[in-house]
Amino acid sequence: QKVSVEVLDHLEHLALVDFRDSEGVERLQKAIQFADQLQEVNTDGVEPMDSVLEDRWCLYLREDDVTEGNCTKELLENAREKLEEYFVAPPGNIPLPKLEERETFLQGC
Amino acid sequence: LAPWIPVVGLEIHAQISSNSKLFSGSQVQFAAPPNSLVSFFDASLPGTLPVLNRRCVEAAVMTGLALNCSINKKSLFDRKHYFYADLPAGYQITQQRVPIAVNGSLSYSLCIDNRMSQMVTKTVRIKQIQLEQDSGKSLHDDTRCQTLVDLNRAGVGLMEVVMEPDMCCGEEAAAAVRELQLILQTLGSSQAVMAEGQLRVDANVSVHHPGEPYGVRTEVKNINSIRFLAKAVDYEIQRQIEELENGGTILNETRAFDSKLGCTVPMRDKEGKQDYRFMPEPNLPPLILYDTKSLPANMNHQQVINIDWIQERLPDLPSVKREKLVEQYGILPEHSFTLLNEDGLAEFFESVVKQTQMKPKKVIGWILNDLLSYLKQHSLTVKESPVSSILLADLLNLLEKKEISSTAAKRVLAELWKGEGKTPLEIVKEQKLELLQDQKELEQICQAVIDGQENEVIMMVLG
Repeated sequence: QKVSVEVLDHLEHLALVDFRDSEGVERLQKAIQFADQLQEVNTDGVEPMDSVLEDRWCLYLREDDVTEGNCTKELLENAREKLEEYFVAPPGNIPLPKLEERETFLQGC
Repeated sequence: LAPWIPVVGLEIHAQISSNSKLFSGSQVQFAAPPNSLVSFFDASLPGTLPVLNRRCVEAAVMTGLALNCSINKKSLFDRKHYFYADLPAGYQITQQRVPIAVNGSLSYSLCIDNRMSQMVTKTVRIKQIQLEQDSGKSLHDDTRCQTLVDLNRAGVGLMEVVMEPDMCCGEEAAAAVRELQLILQTLGSSQAVMAEGQLRVDANVSVHHPGEPYGVRTEVKNINSIRFLAKAVDYEIQRQIEELENGGTILNETRAFDSKLGCTVPMRDKEGKQDYRFMPEPNLPPLILYDTKSLPANMNHQQVINIDWIQERLPDLPSVKREKLVEQYGILPEHSFTLLNEDGLAEFFESVVKQTQMKPKKVIGWILNDLLSYLKQHSLTVKESPVSSILLADLLNLLEKKEISSTAAKRVLAELWKGEGKTPLEIVKEQKLELLQDQKELEQICQAVIDGQENEVIMMVLG
């Protein structure tokens, strides 16, 4: 069962991946096939597992103290563009153009 | 024309009142230099991990209990993915599968026909309360075609309270949110000040004909006050009715409320239906809560949250406080409603009652009619009142002892508002407002008045 072009296009929009060529799509197909093997196991009435540690995996609760922050300079060193002490980003989400308007190998499918 | 039934549901985000953030140790504070309250985790730098803040869990449990919810002893964290500049990780940690509290209710009161004397109680079901992260703040700089991002708010703890679509108009939505606000402030779990973004409300609105299925709903955002909430909801209901009666259709879209124009407009930057690709948060195990029965014997108590312990320490909720005021002081329910609606007014009232012999039923009139209307006229809070409870009590004592008349008392009060530091007694003496007790003196004055108004006296005697 092949993954449809609509789903591939949807994935490219959602995750901003680029399947690039038929090899990329084939790799995806194989990954789905591999993962689908999980469906062969009957898990009726079995609670999903959160961790192999089961109830030994304890959530640590931190006290409500201020212990971090105050490192504006360091954080802004990672910014490609900054203005005063703000990170600068494009004006809004620039959506990926629709399938018909993109130069993508998916067009031919 | 067939009648329309409007249906209103609410999603409310309340910022948790805590020193540090939900999953990191950076400070929670309004208005600080940009990006100064940001830890490496908040900035989503690789290699950082979330560590849950105990205080945030307690706040959510308190709120769940106050809203009559079932507290889930095991709740889970999930990732909700979407791209936005103020969400550096590309996902928000939330509780989508199993939230911390479910199936509660909130009772609120409404005045019928705008008259305080006729109040009706309504209930809205609480679907759930979940813990989640707040995002950073985007400042849109349209002139330079860019967005400035401040991550101070990124990672602050939120309680999302989901109210079922049990409301039917702006007034009900506003009243429900107001009551929730009072509850949160009483609990201290959130300061819930809308103007500072500590309480954000999104409304889900649809209309349908009786007997038919629910209509398509729209989501209304960008509502900045309780007053605007009522306006936004009512506008959207009207817009949908008009659209449908003109043969149009309602799109399942997100709209923003424009407070200047008093209308809702489609929101930009919303590309079709979002697919959030929810997945379990792999870095956090389930959150386990205990009660007295299930309390583990040998665990470090700092690592244990006991629901019963929290329940026992809940303060009196607004509804209980109102009942107590009515019972203790013999005032009307609508009086207690107003007392609790103004920050500090109930305490002021009780303080005056303690310091005066005047009956509470009479004192309440001075509080609600004279004090409150003055404060409103001058946009003052109770705390800013130039007339303290002591001064008002002194004045009411003079009135109660019949040393002055009611009219004189109002004049003294008008003088007290000036806040010149004079006591009521001083003002009474200054303006010679004392009631005359001397019978002879009174007779002399009456006779003088009669003598001076001969014509009027004759008219009166003749009938």
